[in-house]
Amino acid sequence: MFVYEKKLQYPVRVSKCDPLMAKFLMEQYGGADGELAAALRYLNQRYTIPDKVIGLLTDIATEEFSHLEMIATMIYKLTKDATPDQLKAAGLGAHYAAHDNALFYTNAAGVPWTASYIQAKGDPIADLYEDIAAEEKARATYQWLIDLTDDVDLQDSLKFLREREIVHSLRFREAVEILKEEQDRKIFF
Amino acid sequence: MAETMLDEAYYKLLHDLQAVDFVLVELNLYLDTHPGDEAAIAQFNQYAELRKRIAAQYEAAYGPLMNFGHSMSKTPWQWKEAPWPWQV
Repeated sequence: MFVYEKKLQYPVRVSKCDPLMAKFLMEQYGGADGELAAALRYLNQRYTIPDKVIGLLTDIATEEFSHLEMIATMIYKLTKDATPDQLKAAGLGAHYAAHDNALFYTNAAGVPWTASYIQAKGDPIADLYEDIAAEEKARATYQWLIDLTDDVDLQDSLKFLREREIVHSLRFREAVEILKEEQDRKIFF
Repeated sequence: MAETMLDEAYYKLLHDLQAVDFVLVELNLYLDTHPGDEAAIAQFNQYAELRKRIAAQYEAAYGPLMNFGHSMSKTPWQWKEAPWPWQV
């Protein structure tokens, strides 16, 4: 089961109202390589992955939900004081028409999240390689997002998230090696 | 939505909790792929103890951290009270 902890994994501070940056950040909220996709991808792959890596998938999936909450906090704080005119000027007029100031799972271009962003092949190596690729794509996206803002407070939180993608990628690579070793043992004994 | 006035001590304690929890997340993921590392397990257990102490201190001052019985409540029911994480 899941329990909630009433705190962010890492502080999120923003220094100004910036709906345009909020729009860009939606890429990591409801985009193909975003945190929602990551959390749901790993959680769903757990059931058919070998026992040796179920723990890792569970833990990284759980951490991704904490990152989803951090991204939501960024978007919320960057837009909560924005007027409809400011949202419209930032390219969020269509978002406002459908959602007011509510958050919604879309990418930066406003395309709603879809399950076709994630895979579950049932083949452990194929699944883990997808996970590694997803982490590397998310890392790259965080770099582009850092480049898109001059808000040092926001950059600080985004840098934390970028580093987490690197660690997750490393752990998934180790998981691949663990499964390969296990496979080799089965062949020889 | 109301932004509760929180003092410097709140942010200090929250920071301490986030810091110790970061160590635990890192060690947890590391141990998932290095389950035989005794020193890392000892460090994990040591930080888990420290975590309990800091969380207890935080909850005594600012209310429950977790739902579903992982934290106790005073009267009236504290869990539903703001601020929520995105409001601080």
